[in-house]
Amino acid sequence: MPGPRPPILPIRRKWKDGKMKALTTFAAVTLSAGAALAQEKVLTVYAGDYVVSEWGPGPAIEEMFEARCGCDLQFKPGELLPRLLLEGEATDADVVFGLNTDVTQRARASGLFAPHGQDLSALTLPIDWQDDTFLPFNYSHTAFVYDRDRLESPPESFEALLDADEDLSLVIQDPRSSISGLAMALWVQSVYGDEAEEAWARLSDSVLTVTKGWSESYGLFTDGEADMVLSYTTSPAYHMIAEEDDSVAAAIFPEGHYFMVELSAVTSVTEEPELARDFLEFTLSEDFQEMIATGNWSIPAALERQGWPEGFQALELPETVLFYSEDEAAALKDDAVEAWRAGLSR
Amino acid sequence: MARRSLALIAAALVLALTLVPIGAVTLRAGGFSGFAPGDGQALRFTLLQAFLSGLFSVLAAVPVARALARRRFAGRGLLVALLGAPFILPVIVAVLGLIATFGANGLVNRGLAALGLPEVTIYGLHGVVLAHVFFNLPLATRLLLQGWLAVPAERLRLAAALGLTPWAVFRTIEAPMLARILPGAFAVIFVICLSSFAVALTLGGGPRATTVELAIYQAMRFDFDLGRAAALSLLQLALATAAGLVALKLSGGTGFGAGLDRVVPRWDGQGRGQRALDALAIGVVALFLLTPLSLVALRGLPGLALLGPETWVAAGHSLSVALASTALCLAWALPLATRRGEALGLLGIAISPLVLGTGLFLLLRPVVNPFTLALPVTALINALVSLPFALRILRPEAEAIRADFGRLSAALGLTPWAWLRWVFLPRLRRPLGFAAGLSAALSMGDLGVIALFADPERATLPLHVYRLMGSYQMQAAQGAALLLLGASLAIFWLFDRGGRVYA
Repeated sequence: MPGPRPPILPIRRKWKDGKMKALTTFAAVTLSAGAALAQEKVLTVYAGDYVVSEWGPGPAIEEMFEARCGCDLQFKPGELLPRLLLEGEATDADVVFGLNTDVTQRARASGLFAPHGQDLSALTLPIDWQDDTFLPFNYSHTAFVYDRDRLESPPESFEALLDADEDLSLVIQDPRSSISGLAMALWVQSVYGDEAEEAWARLSDSVLTVTKGWSESYGLFTDGEADMVLSYTTSPAYHMIAEEDDSVAAAIFPEGHYFMVELSAVTSVTEEPELARDFLEFTLSEDFQEMIATGNWSIPAALERQGWPEGFQALELPETVLFYSEDEAAALKDDAVEAWRAGLSR
Repeated sequence: MARRSLALIAAALVLALTLVPIGAVTLRAGGFSGFAPGDGQALRFTLLQAFLSGLFSVLAAVPVARALARRRFAGRGLLVALLGAPFILPVIVAVLGLIATFGANGLVNRGLAALGLPEVTIYGLHGVVLAHVFFNLPLATRLLLQGWLAVPAERLRLAAALGLTPWAVFRTIEAPMLARILPGAFAVIFVICLSSFAVALTLGGGPRATTVELAIYQAMRFDFDLGRAAALSLLQLALATAAGLVALKLSGGTGFGAGLDRVVPRWDGQGRGQRALDALAIGVVALFLLTPLSLVALRGLPGLALLGPETWVAAGHSLSVALASTALCLAWALPLATRRGEALGLLGIAISPLVLGTGLFLLLRPVVNPFTLALPVTALINALVSLPFALRILRPEAEAIRADFGRLSAALGLTPWAWLRWVFLPRLRRPLGFAAGLSAALSMGDLGVIALFADPERATLPLHVYRLMGSYQMQAAQGAALLLLGASLAIFWLFDRGGRVYA
């Protein structure tokens, strides 16, 4: 775990500072031993909160990339697209790291993103990916996760899950406030189509509750409140590697699992387009890909299975992977969420 | 005159901080957009749960506050201080504590199972109300306790001398006091619950428990429909204003007039039945509030060892934000401690933090980097959010002091400064301490707008708890939550103790 970071020199390329600030900057630069730092380029990366926390991949990414670029990578955590859309062309972001497929359509339409210019043949995704703007760096699938010691016979298919009696308790996330919740709504939509509302109604007996986000749900699961939690196929790897606990597993259904991928992109307004593209290229490098598995607890997007950490190689993964393109997803989203609402409200 | 212009400035600031951000969001959206089909149902559920939560919180608080007002027992001071705790916990932590107590696998159900009794479920409207009562009963209790302690001792002595029955004491002394305090307490709690989101959803058990705040969140974060978010948050503001006006209308009664301003032991309620009733009220509420808190503390203990340096930095940020926002809040509240001021202050908790944060972001960005201002802005917003509570605590006594001592002071020709120094502030000491403690602790525990602005270097402790949970660090998160609970309680206790010299 990294210690406290060195203070960042008060350099803001895009900020119109007053003269006073310039003087302070000058003083700081002359006084500081690392005066060379002042010449460095700054790469501003917008990333999710979970990325920059001391437990997320942010610190490692920063260290690795700064070692190769001779620049200063600065993470700005928070909501990605809402903030970018608010800022518009005045944004500070050079790179946005961690977008999900449910926002790519709107992101593309904003005109705020530029082609990434990377060779996609290195990708090892279970689906074909030909997007010239949004570049995957890791992926996972939606799945119901359970503890083998607490639940001896988990449902073996989606159909069996729907038929389970009310003794089986699930916590899921709200598709209106959570990305994983939305992915589940699309999951049900892709398995059951027109019968989605009916499927939700059949599931409703088992749904203990719905939470705002993934964290609340997972907290309830680890506290023993529910038997299964809507999470990811990669969640067991965390418990296996970080806690040396192999009792947590994901139930794999033959109907298939919904694909969730995280993407990065270069902004069209960046003043450092080359540096930004270098960063995207770096996310496909072997160093990054080997680190991201345990850094972000997801499957590397450009690394063959034999290169994954051991706990990941041991994961049970679905044979059928379900995925809607962004246009299909956008067209289906409202129906999928309404099926969820109506089915669970019955 | 000086007092009047100060009040006007304070009021204008509240209005500016609530309405201008909504205006900025609306402007950015290019106008309001219409409501979505589910919004009507969300509105109905929001109103219903807020009404029930406010009602049960104040009703349950009456016997508890009465018992605390007339009993002295070992640990009473500690209990009164701990009563503030549920109110200041981050929502997610409190919800996990409640579920550990009342959930499917919670203490209560395990107890029932051991006795061979059927399971009870916490999920549903009753669970939402239960959680809101858990959060707000302590606040209602403290507000009422203030009212009871403000009854001049001479009244009670007279009642004792006349040999009034408990019922007669209630009718002549306590009922008028309750009529003065209850509507305001109800209004504050009703308005807080109007903007409930995570609690209502998690304990409501599903989409039936959708609130307006969730619709705002969805519009803002998922649909990027700023116009709808602005329209919904104006609706929320209108509801809060209506609640404030109704409370204002109802709580018209006057105080008791001046006494000799001393604390005198109580003579009433010494019968065996009354004692048993008081013991029951205190026992039940202590069990109800302290069980989930103890579980939060117990579960946090192993996590304390996992906390890294970033946690302590975050704790330092939270502490400085809390102190700054407390000072700001009190300075803001004193000139506004009037009936109209209190109704206006409710706007602070009625506005959706998301809309407020987004509006401020839009306003600040052209002028200054919002990230460098993350902590000052958080302190300011926390002061605004604490304002209604501070006003509710300060107003009844501030008005009583003005009514009782104003003429004397005018006759003596006191300068405004001398009035503050010798008459007003010393008599306001108890509510001031409580208000400061509550506002500091609220600010410690509040996620506020920081989530929208925060750099890694500027995270506060609640934000840090969320970040830990988002990275599978459930145990470390529980440890950080315990640290937050401890720090909030300590700061609350210090301020409150400073003012609660007699209570």
